[in-house]
Amino acid sequence: MNGSEALLKKLKENGTDVVFGYPGGVLLPLYDSIYDCDIKHILVRHEQAAAHAADGYARASGKTGVCIATSGPGATNLVTGIATAQMDSSPVIALTGQVGTPIIGTDAFQEVDTIGITMPITKTNFQPRDSSDVPKIIDAAYHIASTGRQGVVVVDLPKDVLENEVTDEDMDAKLEIQGYKPNTNGNPRQITKAIQTILNCKKPIILAGGGVILADASKELVEFATKANIPVATSLMGKGSIPEDHELSLGLLGMHGLESTNNAVTDCDCLIAIGCRFSDRTTGKVSEFASDAVKIQIDIDPAEIGKNVDIDIPIVGNAKIILEKFIGEIDGVNHGDWTKQIVSKRWAYKPKYNFGCVPFKPQECIKEIMEAITPETIVTTDVGQNQMWMAHYFKTKNPRTFISSGGLGTMGYALPAAIGAQVAKPDEHVLAVAGDGGFQMVSQELATIKEYDLPIVTCILNNRYLGMVYQWQVLYYNNRISQTELAPTPDFVQLAKSYGIDAVSVEEIGKLKENIMEAFDQGEARVIEVKIDSSELLPMVPPGEKITKIVGEYKQEE
Amino acid sequence: MTKQNKHTISILVENKTGVLQRIAGLFTRRDFNIDNITVGKTAEEHISRMTITTYGDGKTLEQIIKQLNKLIEVIKVREMKPDQTIRRQLALVKIHAPTEQDKSEIIQYTNIFRGKVADVTPKTITVEITGKPDKINALIDLLRPYGIKEMTKTGITAITRGQKTL
Ligand SMILES: Cc1ncc(C[n+]2csc(CCOP(=O)(O)OP(=O)(O)O)c2C)c(N)n1
Repeated sequence: MNGSEALLKKLKENGTDVVFGYPGGVLLPLYDSIYDCDIKHILVRHEQAAAHAADGYARASGKTGVCIATSGPGATNLVTGIATAQMDSSPVIALTGQVGTPIIGTDAFQEVDTIGITMPITKTNFQPRDSSDVPKIIDAAYHIASTGRQGVVVVDLPKDVLENEVTDEDMDAKLEIQGYKPNTNGNPRQITKAIQTILNCKKPIILAGGGVILADASKELVEFATKANIPVATSLMGKGSIPEDHELSLGLLGMHGLESTNNAVTDCDCLIAIGCRFSDRTTGKVSEFASDAVKIQIDIDPAEIGKNVDIDIPIVGNAKIILEKFIGEIDGVNHGDWTKQIVSKRWAYKPKYNFGCVPFKPQECIKEIMEAITPETIVTTDVGQNQMWMAHYFKTKNPRTFISSGGLGTMGYALPAAIGAQVAKPDEHVLAVAGDGGFQMVSQELATIKEYDLPIVTCILNNRYLGMVYQWQVLYYNNRISQTELAPTPDFVQLAKSYGIDAVSVEEIGKLKENIMEAFDQGEARVIEVKIDSSELLPMVPPGEKITKIVGEYKQEE
Repeated sequence: MTKQNKHTISILVENKTGVLQRIAGLFTRRDFNIDNITVGKTAEEHISRMTITTYGDGKTLEQIIKQLNKLIEVIKVREMKPDQTIRRQLALVKIHAPTEQDKSEIIQYTNIFRGKVADVTPKTITVEITGKPDKINALIDLLRPYGIKEMTKTGITAITRGQKTL
């Protein structure tokens, strides 16, 4: 068995049966082995998409995603996807080719220092210099990517390492990692202190982040919130950790959050943050963020605690385990008035907008999308206004069904992430929502969708602008619209059709919904362009301001 | 105002290629300061010890330690409390000393500071001194008037006093 075969065998042993990749010279040994192995290989059209797809796969399934790229330009094309996955703690293994060990360091053809380049954007990275090290490094890569705070591990594979012999003994070898021991259980004293605080406070709020979803702790979150009678706000990454039509759900907090939610968090006297890294997009001005609250933070990563916001009661551990302990100790608390009051404000508050406008209002698109899908449908979003409209108006019901690039904010994410999600969940409907700008960064992946017959529905909210940046120029740069007009955009319908994918452009109310449902029914991919009103801006909190300082108004609902 | 105190951090790491880059990179990326860094093997072949001196307030120090702990290659991190730590540095100083009188004075100073003469030429004398950074600086101040032609210092290395180990 050579290095390549050993590698594939180890992928399989670790539960991987599909990889996303793109070949190249130094990967010839690996692709030769892939030729007759039973791992499915999805050939993307750009390596960035391979990384996003592996990431989308991981987020939809909870399993570790794997992507492959060749040395040099292949590896550098992966970089955006690696950074995206790492920022959102998505478990991904990126396998990169490298020139042969005898010529490493000579500026050989297609040589790049992948280890050096990816060091600051990965959880860790490895470069086996000997084939015999491949099996144990792959095992370690899975272990590290999928435990503790999940993240990306790069394994850089020199060509000769893929070619040389690996023995059966090597397959059983273990890599000793002395310094890696994630703490999952939480300190009992801090847990007791937290429970006391929760029982004694008057105005508690839970802030649920992506860590709840990553720990598969949504059920426990809802149970705890219900037992302790505490409203739950979420960060963007926490969307779906509690069904957003649950009576205790407050929806999104932060720069693009709901006004009622931002107010509630500002007023609370106890903030229980779970698996959330307090990004500036969530907190606004840190010194005025929940400034009267006792802050409890639960996180698997000790370095997150107190990083951006000072914490009174830190608990390092796995969200599911800690929440189970909370549930065991707390039953039927009544924060009576507070909870009722906060929750009713959210439910009385309706984002308001005009129906029936031409061109479409983006809010109406979101409404039609919600009506067209089931709670199980996986939606991916791109980055920009489309993402924020979805974050704000779309009600996610299940964990792992709202997939979006939160930390890095990577345009071009929606389509390849949808590919990964669809591959992970072949029986679920997958809908990608993108702006016209982001879609054009990855439109070549329509070929991948076609080749593998993936029934993904892509909805392009076409406002002919780099909407989000345009919005900031309107609001904060005196209407000086610099380089954010995207004219001409291609004929998206023709573009999609040239890839053999059904496509329509809709302008009539109801047609978006109808098309989504029809495409899902037929089980075929479709691209739906919606020309939307480009003058529609989202209410938002100016960067660096307190989160109650919302600028802009929600239009009237009629 | 936050207090910018000096801290000495001792780190045990796996002795592998790239570890120094990983640690230095972490400091750069997170905007932590490195005042001084030394690395060397420990008694165990596969483990190296790094000593980093840095400036920052308590919160920064806490973050530095936590972020270092996140690196897979890092086995242990500890802040070295000043009163329980032996800190040492080495300096080599080449001084302009054209006359016998210069040479003899320089040798006397060096002896007082428990330094050593490492090299002599008709025009120069090179001395070697180890010790606490203050002690080294004190000797250098005395030697400066003769004309320092060249000087090099190592970073600071440190170990805890008493029986305790990292
Ligand atoms: C790769 C990348 N480049 C640039 C940006 C900066 N950026 C953020 S949102 C945005 C506009 C996105 O426009 P579009 O995709 O049309 O979506 P819209 O905001 O109009 O919904 C830009 C340029 C980014 N996030 N990612």
